[in-house]
Amino acid sequence: MILSEEQQLLKDSARAFLSESAPISALRAMRDAGEDHMPELWTKMSEMGWPGIVIPDAYSGLEFGYVGAGVVLEEMGRTLALSPFLSSAVVAASLINQLGSEQQKEKYLPGIASGELTAVLAADETGYFDLSSIETTASESGDAYVLSGNKRGVIDGHNADLLLVVTGGDAGMSVFAVESGAEGVSCETRLIVDSQRAADITFDSVTVSSDALLGSLGGASEAMEFTIDVAAACSAAEMLGISIETFERTVGYLKEREQFGEKIGTFQGLQHRAAQLFAEIEVSKSAVLAALQALDANSEKRSVLASMAKAKCSKVVRNATEEGVQMHGGIGMTDEFDIGFFMKRAAVCRQAYGDYHFHADRFASLRGY
Amino acid sequence: MENLETFRQDTRDWLEANCPEDMRQPMRSDEDQCWGGRNWVFKSEGQKLWLERMAAKGWTAPRWPTEYGGGGLSGPEAKILGEEMARIGARRPLSSFGLDMLGPALLLYATEEQKQQYIPDIIKGKIRWCQGYSEPNAGSDLASLRTKAEDMGDHYLINGSKVWTSYADKADWIFCLVRTDFDCAKHEGISFLLFDMTSEGVSTKPIKLISGTSPFCETFFDNVQVPKAQLVGTLNKGWEIAKYLLTHERAMIGGFGLAGGGMKGMGQMAAAKRGTTDGRLRDASLRAEASSFEIDEMAFGLTIERITDETKAGQGTGASSSILKMYGTELNKLRQELFMAIGATDALNFDTDSKGALVRSWLRSKANSIEGGTTEVQLNIIAKRILGLPA
Ligand SMILES: Cc1cc2nc3c(=O)[nH]c(=O)nc-3n(C[C@H](O)[C@H](O)[C@H](O)COP(=O)(O)OP(=O)(O)OC[C@H]3O[C@@H](n4cnc5c(N)ncnc54)[C@H](O)[C@@H]3O)c2cc1C
Ligand SMILES: Cc1cc2nc3c(=O)[nH]c(=O)nc-3n(C[C@H](O)[C@H](O)[C@H](O)COP(=O)(O)OP(=O)(O)OC[C@H]3O[C@@H](n4cnc5c(N)ncnc54)[C@H](O)[C@@H]3O)c2cc1C
Repeated sequence: MILSEEQQLLKDSARAFLSESAPISALRAMRDAGEDHMPELWTKMSEMGWPGIVIPDAYSGLEFGYVGAGVVLEEMGRTLALSPFLSSAVVAASLINQLGSEQQKEKYLPGIASGELTAVLAADETGYFDLSSIETTASESGDAYVLSGNKRGVIDGHNADLLLVVTGGDAGMSVFAVESGAEGVSCETRLIVDSQRAADITFDSVTVSSDALLGSLGGASEAMEFTIDVAAACSAAEMLGISIETFERTVGYLKEREQFGEKIGTFQGLQHRAAQLFAEIEVSKSAVLAALQALDANSEKRSVLASMAKAKCSKVVRNATEEGVQMHGGIGMTDEFDIGFFMKRAAVCRQAYGDYHFHADRFASLRGY
Repeated sequence: MENLETFRQDTRDWLEANCPEDMRQPMRSDEDQCWGGRNWVFKSEGQKLWLERMAAKGWTAPRWPTEYGGGGLSGPEAKILGEEMARIGARRPLSSFGLDMLGPALLLYATEEQKQQYIPDIIKGKIRWCQGYSEPNAGSDLASLRTKAEDMGDHYLINGSKVWTSYADKADWIFCLVRTDFDCAKHEGISFLLFDMTSEGVSTKPIKLISGTSPFCETFFDNVQVPKAQLVGTLNKGWEIAKYLLTHERAMIGGFGLAGGGMKGMGQMAAAKRGTTDGRLRDASLRAEASSFEIDEMAFGLTIERITDETKAGQGTGASSSILKMYGTELNKLRQELFMAIGATDALNFDTDSKGALVRSWLRSKANSIEGGTTEVQLNIIAKRILGLPA
């Protein structure tokens, strides 16, 4: 369980690029300007080919696998770089690759791989990723389908070109690729805690042609499970990066700040909590790597490991960001200081694609209880 | 790769042919372990054969050099052996402080003569060792130990006492930390000695644990003479050896955190006992705790794998044994708590037969975060050595 040389190189170059091009100050500037995404950063990432990391070579991707995507996401977590990398290039691309016909893959994947097309999964309607309660319907109407329903909390959904709309009903789960500008699609956004926007999207009798249906009607369950695994493992990687960075900054502060005439890092009450957290982060590193490797190998333990990683990292990042603020004392609570940004992004990552409880529950079910 | 596959097949065939049936049953308690040594009474013919056969191949110490009787296996081969043993539920043929603690230190610090003298008997299970580290006033602060060894020309004269010496009353030999210099910083006057527990002047007194058994002792040394050839490493430089040995002990104890091979998962055990509704464990709170535990257990097992692989590739984090020790033992204590929760009132049975095994192993597990250096001591090590926090 170690990174290959190429994976390590990718990680190192991602680190170098992101600390240069997407430091926290960039996020702060974006927020202060009242914006909710970073298009220039995405252009630069696209120039480096990142959006194609998991996409097969046949569709102009790099075919570098999920471990590759994970190491980049870990580094993105460290600097809180905002981009559609996870949502479009990893999650949506994986779903299309799993489910789409040859023609559909040809149509969408090269665009996603180049970064010019961004797609996003529009699945959840409950606000807590309960995919068993999907009420959006697709009714056949001659050669077309008519979609109706409401999707909730699609992060950055208003900026995506393509919506992968999951429908339910008696036929079972299906996925449609709907252009965001299609007639009948409307969108309301809300500011969320990490300065992004989440879109609530309404589909009011949206007519799409039959080639918008990815795979067969009602045939999306398996591909959705795979996609949940991808999303869980990869968002765990991002949370791992947040944990590591928050932790390093906090330990740095313990070595700097003086109270009672001593560095606060001399106090055992803080030392033990820091040591405990270090061990937890070490353990979550293994959870993430195993989950990503299982995706690349498409092993039978894939889902168990993915949910394990997401659950574990959700807990650890909560702990890391909470201790991050706490151990900084009053200054940790200020907007001027960066540590709070990590807590805010972590809150979003923890919820994305199923929270701790969702994945602990899924893990238990997969393990037969 | 092909060689490894051949190795796997050969190993599988050999184990199939040589592992006695009763050595493929899960251990019911510590009582089922085989410790070897001069006075060992084998619990069954199977236990005896299993030790002899494995020792003959050097597979009680798979990775140790063949020149001392070890298996000489590579890392990947040893892993395969472990997997193949787990596959048939084969028990460890020999539990031994010689294997888990002393041997690695001897391989690194002992003279060639000493290696030839001690290591083969460890591998064959002929000599059972105990660990003479802790003293009444030197526990966590081990380096403050005061058991004295005086230079008497051709031998050392030992006076003092140790405490919590596991199996001192059953062991043949002891590896013992002694003070050979009192006029220096406490870490600098310590030496590492080996001696026979039947030497004149050695006595032991068992101490009963809360679990009802007496696996450890007070150990007294009253003018014990130890030949100088039994000093390991340099005089007054024993602390380095002591610490190196502890990293092995800690990694070993940390392994208690691993899921038992061939055992059902915690959640499935709970479901079997409490029942399910729509395939879900009926008690929702227990289900949540079981899944939280299994998530940590799985992630911990992967961490041992990752650290092992990193160490092989020369990328290890220093002091990883402290992480594993701390995490693994806390995990094992939680596991035992959950076993007790699942067993509920039945689990309180304290009879000395197998019915009381659960509660006894729950009680015993509380020592995991004490023995080999407490959890707090491991946290201190992580804080100072890895994180570099100031003293
Ligand atoms: C929202 C808010 C409102 C406030 N309102 C007021 C107000 O109205 N008036 C006012 O005077 N102040 C106010 N404060 C300040 C507050 O009382 C201090 O922030 C607090 O006492 C901590 O001090 P510090 O920020 O300097 O942190 P530090 O003392 O630098 O502490 C940093 C970290 O080190 C830990 N630490 C420090 N010493 C030890 C030790 N000996 N052992 C173990 N751990 C230690 C702390 O627990 C903390 O986790 C407010 C703070 C906040 C966040
Ligand atoms: C079942 C069992 C088997 C054992 N087998 C052996 C054996 O075979 N050979 C052998 O030599 N020893 C053995 N030991 C002894 C074991 O190594 C010691 O018990 C252990 O190192 C702790 O020392 P102590 O008992 O003196 O506790 P103390 O050191 O007195 O510790 C008491 C409490 O204070 C805490 N503490 C101490 N110092 C610090 C600090 N600096 N910071 C924070 N907290 C601190 C400890 O963590 C602990 O919670 C065994 C112990 C047990 C329980």
